[in-house]
Amino acid sequence: MRLEYFELVDKIEELNLSEGRILVRGNVPAASPVFEGHFPGHPLVPGVLFVEFMAQTSGWLLLGKLNFERMAFLASVKEAKMRTFVQPNTPLFAEAVIEHEGSGYGITNCKVTKEDGTPVADAQITLRIMPFPSPEFSDAMRARARQVGFTIPA
Amino acid sequence: MSSTFDTVANIIAETCDIPREQITPESHAIDDLGIDSLDFLDIAFAIDKAFGIKLPLEQWTAEVNDGKATTEQYFVLKNLAERIDGLVAAKGA
Repeated sequence: MRLEYFELVDKIEELNLSEGRILVRGNVPAASPVFEGHFPGHPLVPGVLFVEFMAQTSGWLLLGKLNFERMAFLASVKEAKMRTFVQPNTPLFAEAVIEHEGSGYGITNCKVTKEDGTPVADAQITLRIMPFPSPEFSDAMRARARQVGFTIPA
Repeated sequence: MSSTFDTVANIIAETCDIPREQITPESHAIDDLGIDSLDFLDIAFAIDKAFGIKLPLEQWTAEVNDGKATTEQYFVLKNLAERIDGLVAAKGA
């Protein structure tokens, strides 16, 4: 994870598009400017970043379903729960499962856990499906996808 | 068994916290009830689940944007209910 760049998904561990499921890894770094303020002398990953981690995980799943032809943008977060504290230098996993594929939107159920399975956070995520705003945006997403282990069409 | 309109009206009342008695077959979801696009996603999700269909929101939006249809055709609730019935019938055909 590069928290200050909002790059939270390090690697896609499992992806099953027919089942509508993805499992990703994100390693909380040992140091980040985020921890200087949250909190001084007591560094904890902000809960809002768990929400973003779940949104990005769900986004990669939907992008895969969409064959990278359109983009998924976070639209709503329901029933978000932060279940435990997470300190620096902690590996995390996020799993998203598609609850519903609507017309122009997708809904996932997502959860974050520690390596030993301890629940960290969970929520229902809604993403809007929209055209990429520009070819450059699409290219950037495809480049990032390759970095996290996606095999995507040319 | 409740009508399609009643089911939709109940979904809207619950999802958007609108008093049920304000929701009539003539109500326009956007103009009269003030439902925005984000709330309508929640309504569409609930309708899709309740009726086992997939409301073609993208197609409807494109038709309205292209001037081929009016919002009344899709978002006045009696018309929405009629289109839901059509989608349900098409699914069972």
